[in-house]
Amino acid sequence: MGRSLKKGPFLSQKLLAKVDKANEAKQKKPIKTWSRASMITPDLVGHTFLVHNGKDFVSVHATENMVGHKLGEFSPTRVFKAHGAHTAKVSK
Amino acid sequence: MARLLGIDIPNEKKIEYSLPYVYGIGLPLSRKILAACNIDPNIRAGKLSDDQVALIVQTIQSMKLVTEGDLRREQQAHLKRLVSINCYRGTRHRRGLPVRGQRTKTNARTRKGARKTVGVQRNPNAKAGKV
Repeated sequence: MGRSLKKGPFLSQKLLAKVDKANEAKQKKPIKTWSRASMITPDLVGHTFLVHNGKDFVSVHATENMVGHKLGEFSPTRVFKAHGAHTAKVSK
Repeated sequence: MARLLGIDIPNEKKIEYSLPYVYGIGLPLSRKILAACNIDPNIRAGKLSDDQVALIVQTIQSMKLVTEGDLRREQQAHLKRLVSINCYRGTRHRRGLPVRGQRTKTNARTRKGARKTVGVQRNPNAKAGKV
């Protein structure tokens, strides 16, 4: 079920504060975050986030196309393992 | 055979049931369109007068319905966006796996296609007995 429109998109306050701070400082340093449930809003576009996936921080650069998606969607929590040939490409 | 919206040729069925042959129009929409045109849904598609056919086309256009090629293109564009931004749904599309969180341990054959056995293929670089 979708989220109630009344509430607006979810965005962690702490993350928003970090983004505001980065905007003020005019620097585009990657912002480390655990807040996978935060939705990418237009203010986040252009920033790079390091989104935790339970193990590592995956670098996610927010673009205009991503608005409306959540940060976690870009930081997979599972490793996809396929059967088949052990070619150089697969084992990488 | 009536021609509608370019190349679509609904057959000799009741117009109510032949309109859904247009991609993007289902039964509910078909009924809605016919109600808006005041056309009896039980008339056979072939028995419609030219005026009625024109009226249907006009209604579809005035309702701003996206049909056929435009709709297919729109869907392609959506899919392409998902794949290009590298989000979870995009990767699921890329791998041909179910997108909406269904199980894949069993089932999921619609997305995965017919069963195919994949054997283990040894790494040609690995030494025998080592790996």
